[in-house]
Amino acid sequence: MTLSLPPQTSHPSNLQPEGWLRYLSFSLDHKVIGLQYLVTAFFFYLVGGALAGMIRVELLSPISDFMPRETYNEVLTLHGTVMIFLWIVPVVNGGFGNYLIPFYVGARDMAFPRLNAVAFWLIPPAGFLLIASYFIAGAAQSGWTAYPPLSLTTPAAGQVVWILSVLLLGGSSIFGGINFIATVLKMRRPGLGMMQLPMYCWAMLGTSILVVLATPVLAGTLVLLSFDIIAHTGFFNPALGGNAVVYQHLFWFYSHPAVYIMVLPAFGLVSEILPVHARKPLFGYTTMVYSILGIVFLGLIVWAHHMFTSATPPWMRLFFTIATAFIAVPTGIKFFNWLATLWGGKIALNSAMLFSCAFIVHFVFGGITGVALAQVPFDIHVHDTYFVVGHFHYIVYGGTVFVVFGSIYHWFPKFTGRMLNEPLGRLHFLLTFIGFNLCFAPQHWLGLNGMPRRVAEYDPQFTLLNQLSSVGALLMAISTLPFLVNVVWSALAGQVAGDNPWNALTPEWLTSSPPPVENWKGPAPLVTHPYGYGVPEGQIDLKAVSGLEIWSEGR
Amino acid sequence: MPIPSAIVTLVLGMILVLSGLWVGQNVNLLPAAASTNAPLYDELFAVLFTIGTILFLGIVGLLIFSLVRFRRRDGDLGDGVAVEGNLQLEIFWTAIPAIVVLFVGIYSYDIYDRMGGMIPLADPHAMHGSMGSAVMPASVEELVTQDVEPRLWGGIGSPGGTEAGLLPVEVTALQFAFLFHYPEGDFTSGELHVKAGQTVELRMEARDVIHAFWVPQFRLKQDVIPGQPTVLTFTPTLPGQYPIICAELCGPYHGGMRSTVVVHEPEAFDSWLASNRPATLALTAPLATG
Repeated sequence: MTLSLPPQTSHPSNLQPEGWLRYLSFSLDHKVIGLQYLVTAFFFYLVGGALAGMIRVELLSPISDFMPRETYNEVLTLHGTVMIFLWIVPVVNGGFGNYLIPFYVGARDMAFPRLNAVAFWLIPPAGFLLIASYFIAGAAQSGWTAYPPLSLTTPAAGQVVWILSVLLLGGSSIFGGINFIATVLKMRRPGLGMMQLPMYCWAMLGTSILVVLATPVLAGTLVLLSFDIIAHTGFFNPALGGNAVVYQHLFWFYSHPAVYIMVLPAFGLVSEILPVHARKPLFGYTTMVYSILGIVFLGLIVWAHHMFTSATPPWMRLFFTIATAFIAVPTGIKFFNWLATLWGGKIALNSAMLFSCAFIVHFVFGGITGVALAQVPFDIHVHDTYFVVGHFHYIVYGGTVFVVFGSIYHWFPKFTGRMLNEPLGRLHFLLTFIGFNLCFAPQHWLGLNGMPRRVAEYDPQFTLLNQLSSVGALLMAISTLPFLVNVVWSALAGQVAGDNPWNALTPEWLTSSPPPVENWKGPAPLVTHPYGYGVPEGQIDLKAVSGLEIWSEGR
Repeated sequence: MPIPSAIVTLVLGMILVLSGLWVGQNVNLLPAAASTNAPLYDELFAVLFTIGTILFLGIVGLLIFSLVRFRRRDGDLGDGVAVEGNLQLEIFWTAIPAIVVLFVGIYSYDIYDRMGGMIPLADPHAMHGSMGSAVMPASVEELVTQDVEPRLWGGIGSPGGTEAGLLPVEVTALQFAFLFHYPEGDFTSGELHVKAGQTVELRMEARDVIHAFWVPQFRLKQDVIPGQPTVLTFTPTLPGQYPIICAELCGPYHGGMRSTVVVHEPEAFDSWLASNRPATLALTAPLATG
């Protein structure tokens, strides 16, 4: 608030490339960095999706016949790591965060543009390191959780490269988190209050607090794990007097908040999309803000619900059950608020809206199974089974990834100045929606009835449902084709969007599409009512109603 | 005259609750219930399934209704109503989930207690043990080097286990098999054989990496962690053969780390035990590893 001057953005020297080459450069422009994140993360999404496809092919038959068992474990480890650390976390935080947050706070760039570029440029080497490990020494085989002692006994080279890669990605995440906190708190345009910010700012603030508090714990843990592997120390090695459960505590102290790092930004993005396309203000702004803060707080104290079968003491199981189940309360507030936002609106059923609504359906389903999983006696049966696999894919794919697609349909006109093709978008939605549910809904039943996760072979009675699930995965793979075609074709020859095709009020739409380097030609607009849509209650919109309605209203 | 919306809402709510109750009672997603734990679990499952169905159908119904009812008509460029919030409504839908969650939490605690999950907490000796081993390095070393009473990491207990006489079985989990040693007969088997109605006490140890002992029909799972001898008690009820599955990624053959638990009728179990006394050990061992 003490900052009254726009930040002195360093004028790009002549060495900085112009045009499309910017996107391959160490650019300091938050919009370029945001798109760099988006495209890079999407590349890794395709890689992670191919790995998922390999898993689903292996599971077509109940015996291990498609690839060697070691390879299968490498593939599932890479799939989890790539999807979490290289796709979802970068795309919802780095991608949309970098693009949107400076607009939303009325700034011309992030607080630390160089740190921002460094954070992005850590990702490609880390990602290629991770994938290269498969070709050079064999990738890690101990799952994305890397529980010791398994991670100490599987081939060391792959595990060490995995640790190195995750450390780089964690570093990138921390840099980004610090940058977002500083930008939201300190770079706001004079006159813009915290409670006037678009909801995505609050979501990113909450997320970044989690990133900064939790990620260093993961980093420290992985450094200790690497000592155990390389130097044969015994922090987590029971054979040397260490304790394997301590690793689990430390790991989940990051990795449970990581779930919120992946979904809170999605909550924020949905809160931006729904009001625009329903033509109504966001319902319950204040409770939305407090529920984000509530989720951040509770998210830090629920980690041991991943360890209910790890011989944790009973009091601990009880505490973590209650804490976990209570996250449903602030989360529930957000969902009811979104439904109330839609209620009485004028809802445009376009691709962005359809993906956002599917997100609500999936996340509610995943939330309900999540509350069930929080109950110790329930969890003891289904822990580490396909029920859990189904549950968290409903959260991170049905939830976050659907929001990512919805957001791309919503902001593509801003990124490129051109609209995405709507029929292709709906086709993409339909295929993804059917494929996703076909793939993951049956997995709940599989888990309840005895199929553990991370297996290459299973009881033959589960064959049919696994094949159905694989068909769903195939549909999901196919669904990316109309999307890719749409994005490439529309970017080159799509219908010209104009500056503000959705008639939105948030500041990123109050400039040209695509926006100029410093976001606005003149001074940054002061938007104190980012959701000021709608006609006052009781007032009749003359353009929208028929004479009969006016007549009956008067009676 | 149109039906007042309050009545429509009431009727819809009742239909919703009834259909949730029906689904919870009549849709069975679970495998056979074969231990004293399992009916308790199924009871909890039915309650959660009912509540979940009501919430899910209600929310999805509301969403689809909104999308259809409030969709934008062609040519309509107007806005919706500018409702920014409604504090009472928001308090209401904060309170409802809070109450539901609280109820579910207390109820599942009760179920967990009846499963015997809270027994170590009630046992002062066990409490003392857990306090003592807060000093980790010392106690682990003790555990490794000498035979002072090791700390046992409790899994789920089973109520009423002491009266009927426990069947102790020593379980060793290693890559990629479970070995079951019967102290009573002093022999080792690759399958777990137990007697219906008799409480079994599994004393579990892992040799190499973390494994997990899971029998879906018993609704029971317990990680077996190297360096942490763990006790799991349960009472099988329904004779039959059920899979034992390793549920924690333990290496390349994790998916193949399976075995069978055979729940015998009491007489059949006694004869099985008798036939497996050490003299016949050589016969059972190769079968076991297969």
